[in-house]
Amino acid sequence: MLTYTLRRLLMSIPTLLFIAFVIFMLLELAPGDPMANMPLSIPPEVRQQMREALGLGEPWYVRFPLWLNQFFIVEPQYWIDNAFGTNFADGAQRIISFQSRSPVFDVIAQRLPQTLWVVAMSYVVGVLIALPIGIISAYRQYSVFDQAGTFISMIGFSVPPFFSGVLLIVIFSVQLRWLPSIYDTTHVVNDWDSFVFQLRQMIMPVMVLALQTTAQVSRYMRASMLDNLGMDYVRTARAKGMSESVVVMKHVLRNSMIPVVTVIALGVPSIFGGAIITEQIFKVNGLGQLLIIALQGSDIPMVMTITFLLAVLIVMMNLIADVLYGILDPRIRYD
Amino acid sequence: MPDGALPVLDVRGLKTIFQTRAGDVHAVNDVSFALKPGELLGVVGESGSGKSVTMMSLLGLLPSPPAQVERGSVTFDGKNLLQVDPETLRQVRGGKIGFVFQDPMTSLNPVFNVGNQIMEPLRKHMGLNKRQAAVRAKELLELVGIPDAAQRLKDYPHQFSGGMRQRVMIAIALACDPKVLIADEPTTALDVTIQAQILDLMKDLRSKLGMAVIWITHDLGVIAGIADRVIVMYGGQVVEHAPVKELFKNPQHPYTRALLKTIPTIHGERAARLTIIEGQPPIMMDAPSACPFRDRCDVAFDRCQQENPPRYDLGNGHDAACFFDARTGGPRDA
Ligand SMILES: Nc1ncnc2c1ncn2[C@@H]1O[C@H](COP(=O)(O)OP(=O)(O)O)[C@@H](O)[C@H]1O
Ligand SMILES: [Mg+2]
Repeated sequence: MLTYTLRRLLMSIPTLLFIAFVIFMLLELAPGDPMANMPLSIPPEVRQQMREALGLGEPWYVRFPLWLNQFFIVEPQYWIDNAFGTNFADGAQRIISFQSRSPVFDVIAQRLPQTLWVVAMSYVVGVLIALPIGIISAYRQYSVFDQAGTFISMIGFSVPPFFSGVLLIVIFSVQLRWLPSIYDTTHVVNDWDSFVFQLRQMIMPVMVLALQTTAQVSRYMRASMLDNLGMDYVRTARAKGMSESVVVMKHVLRNSMIPVVTVIALGVPSIFGGAIITEQIFKVNGLGQLLIIALQGSDIPMVMTITFLLAVLIVMMNLIADVLYGILDPRIRYD
Repeated sequence: MPDGALPVLDVRGLKTIFQTRAGDVHAVNDVSFALKPGELLGVVGESGSGKSVTMMSLLGLLPSPPAQVERGSVTFDGKNLLQVDPETLRQVRGGKIGFVFQDPMTSLNPVFNVGNQIMEPLRKHMGLNKRQAAVRAKELLELVGIPDAAQRLKDYPHQFSGGMRQRVMIAIALACDPKVLIADEPTTALDVTIQAQILDLMKDLRSKLGMAVIWITHDLGVIAGIADRVIVMYGGQVVEHAPVKELFKNPQHPYTRALLKTIPTIHGERAARLTIIEGQPPIMMDAPSACPFRDRCDVAFDRCQQENPPRYDLGNGHDAACFFDARTGGPRDA
């Protein structure tokens, strides 16, 4: 398993390099000019100078290796320097945002916590709700509980977050005035009251995102449980006198989790994608919003870096899914 | 086997239906039989004749819905298993009655090692701790003839061959020294040579451990060598019941006679299968109101279309559910 994991990690390097190249070329070919938002009064010569100052004067085959060097070598060096007080980076040029003129990774580091609070939390919440729903729905197939679960899943599948999000805001913020409609990212949690406030402002965005996750994961869980509940080994477990809780929560669940774990792992990147929209609606200034603004401003280094990080996440989650698969299912032998 | 000993398991008037979209399927109709201590009762019949459903009804192993045990009593240890509370039933299952299923490839849980799966009933029914259970599990694997027992406890089912997996299933079924072992076509899914090995193992284990066995098969040839008594099932009913020698010497039901003709002459040769009897066993969409075998029977007459024959007692522990008296060659008197 270890050698398999290492081999996969090595193999993911060329994949990621290729992805980086594709993203880079797409951005290169895309229309849009980082200078577009500058006042028109700036004379063309100055404009050209600014462009060169941004590094846009160089051809792609110079800038792409430069970005690679910055991403894979310089930035980690800064990170290590920061953590251990060393000086590997030695003042090397970091990836700089066109818009804010500060290092891309500093901006990302500022935004990441908001996204994690909302997006990661909603995923965890969504999965934690989905698993028991899926288990009970399958065990009590066609019961009222199962029907209700099916109905809610249909809503989760068919109503996009930009609708459910706005609907929630209208109901709970505008009409009932229970919850804030805007996510205050400057809010600091330092005591009980501020923690409650944080919870209150998280509820709606988390629920909107969690609804989608819950809908999908609970369906997978239900289907997988149903597949397994009919298996012969379940009958064997019952014939051994095992209690229903052992039969379901040990024998069936362990088998049913194998495909579901894959779905959960592979769903992580897409939930970050979905956050782009949710963050817009609730004015969460997380990574999603950062990406949107960067796109609008043709902030190529920022777009490039965020998109590539997302690609890394996808590749890593694929790897994690495969490794977990091998751990959960003894029939899978990678080595 | 002392004659007249109190049965360990006494089944009376068992009826099980399946509620399906197309209507109720009457899978088991008024089945009665008794199992004496230490005896081996063979149950034969084509596939679809209700053998498995009968046995699983005894222990409440059928999924409900669609299955429903409608009537009957199953007396074991002085209790009616159809009416005891779920926990009492669970103590019987795997504890006092062991079950071996047909398909060893799918009957074990693929994600747990076999040691774990053998130790489960040991810990539940015999109250053993982990270490004691592991010791006993190893003994059980040795008992069923699996080499390197200690080592193999850590292996997963996919690391065993079909025959070895069935040995593991047998070890699980025997784990808690059951009084009764129900083996539902334990060799059907195996190669012929492996079948013979499992059969020998079972014979050996039975003489060692002395439990009563219900051995289900669709192969009368297998039954001949091991059973004390045989019941023949058709259409969810017992159509004939006799001591094994009597059954082979003196079959009374036309279905039994047809089955006997299909036994392959060279032992183990599988070319001649039961399907040689013309036609198919019926799917019982109604409660039987006529003989279920009438359409395939060569001696059927009017009465067989109108009434379902009861089991006529023929003496010497032999009974048959047929209106045709094979001894006289004519209809039986009412
Ligand atoms: N899940 C089910 N749903 C409906 N009918 C069933 C189901 N399982 C079994 N049956 C019916 O019960 C009959 C007996 O099946 P079974 O006991 O498995 O036969 P066998 O003698 O081969 O073990 C079948 O012919 C079928 O009509
Ligand atoms: Mg069967």
